[in-house]
Amino acid sequence: MILLSPLAALGRSTLALLAALGRFAIFTGQTISHLARPPFYPREFGQALLQIGYFSLPVVGLTALFTGGALALQIYAGSARFSAEAVVPQIVAIGMVRELGPVLVGLMIAARVTSSIAAEIATMKVTEQIDALVTLSTHPMKYLTLPRVLAATLVMPMLVGVGDVIGIYGGFLVGTERLGFNATTYLKNTADFLEMRDVISSLAKGAVFGFIAALMGCYYGMNSARGAMGVGRATKGSVVAAAILILAANFILTEAFFSA
Amino acid sequence: MIRLTDVHKAFGSNRVLRGVNLHVPKGTSMVIIGGSGTGKSIALKCILGLVTPDRGTIEVDGQDVRKGDRDAFLARFGMLFQGGALFDSLPVWQNVAFRLMRGTLKRPKDEARAIAIEKLRRVGLKPDVADKLPAELSGGMQKRVGLARAIAAEPEIIFFDEPTTGLDPIMAGVINELIREIVTEMGATAMTITHDMTSVRAIADNVAMLHDGVIKWTGPVAQMDDSGDPYLDQFIHGRATGPIEAVR
Repeated sequence: MILLSPLAALGRSTLALLAALGRFAIFTGQTISHLARPPFYPREFGQALLQIGYFSLPVVGLTALFTGGALALQIYAGSARFSAEAVVPQIVAIGMVRELGPVLVGLMIAARVTSSIAAEIATMKVTEQIDALVTLSTHPMKYLTLPRVLAATLVMPMLVGVGDVIGIYGGFLVGTERLGFNATTYLKNTADFLEMRDVISSLAKGAVFGFIAALMGCYYGMNSARGAMGVGRATKGSVVAAAILILAANFILTEAFFSA
Repeated sequence: MIRLTDVHKAFGSNRVLRGVNLHVPKGTSMVIIGGSGTGKSIALKCILGLVTPDRGTIEVDGQDVRKGDRDAFLARFGMLFQGGALFDSLPVWQNVAFRLMRGTLKRPKDEARAIAIEKLRRVGLKPDVADKLPAELSGGMQKRVGLARAIAAEPEIIFFDEPTTGLDPIMAGVINELIREIVTEMGATAMTITHDMTSVRAIADNVAMLHDGVIKWTGPVAQMDDSGDPYLDQFIHGRATGPIEAVR
């Protein structure tokens, strides 16, 4: 029996993991299926656009600005070892647009929006507001989940676009003010080096990361346990899961866009 | 009107309902009493479809609650939740008029607001409360708003989940009177869950005692004191000794 207990524990964990994956897959399927079925709640969708998009702009802007600046300094210091300092504009542009822009904006949205969605919906669940919605003939998936997931999926490419531009501007500021690059040359090198595929991949990643961030917030919120501890766990779990899924999706999308 | 037959519900190994049989005639007020954790709220949630029973049938007007148009079914109900369950992000009037602003009962915004203010007045709240957020109200006022929301669409059936819990005796008396008045005035069928024996006597036409997952006793409120049922006697007199185990 003692020898079998680790196997039993492994079996229980595997079953629990599969059950959780199943629940998540059903939740995702239900969310997507509601896209095509009325009623829709435009007011809630508008509010979600404001909350997720507009109010995230300061966080996204500051994150991108400092990251772009730091990236320029790092690339300059690294490339100086083999006298290739001139590549700073190109590497900053490609680094920001292909990777750092979408990933950092995705992670900042996971921190700011996923946590907020999870905490709000979990609190609604423990205070019976979700049950109240049902008794008022309103489907919680339609009223709470769909507007948030749709808004995040649509607005995230815009946030990533803004983040990319500000990140490149951060590199430009450091490059021209601190590292002595000529402003016109810097901008020309940046524009010449970027391809349409870079921009499209960046925006596509934004849409996928937005979908993941909002979906995880809603999923953990809707499945929260009772009490303050339940809300805390749901919030923490949602951010961790969203961050990991965003990084995993980033790898898969990078492979899809840029392999071979 | 509402009939539960052999309803069972378990959560893991915890068998909460073990064969509940209950009949609530149309236009009457049924109060379910019983200790904490005996499954009173679960029974109400089973009727509304918020919780799916493992076994048994629940019928409203002879129709199985799991069949038919769910929206039309829910439109017949109003519910006052224990904590109010008001939507934090909406002002009071939009909470009250929630059902009237969307779905099949949708009305123009001005009309919905006017109805909300009228329902607030009905539960003793002034119009200036309408534009406040729920967090700006006291517990008693939140209960009244919850009550206004429950009656806003003039439902045929109203559920009250512990309507006086957490209120001072005077406010509890006010809520009890309001519930009795509203139920009588609207001719609605009511089901109430409470531990508060003052509420039971004020609200109930009939009483059912839920214990160990089954209805131990049910009958008119007037017969409650002479029921001869040891469980009911212990509960209504609040005795520590008797067939119901009191954990110390």
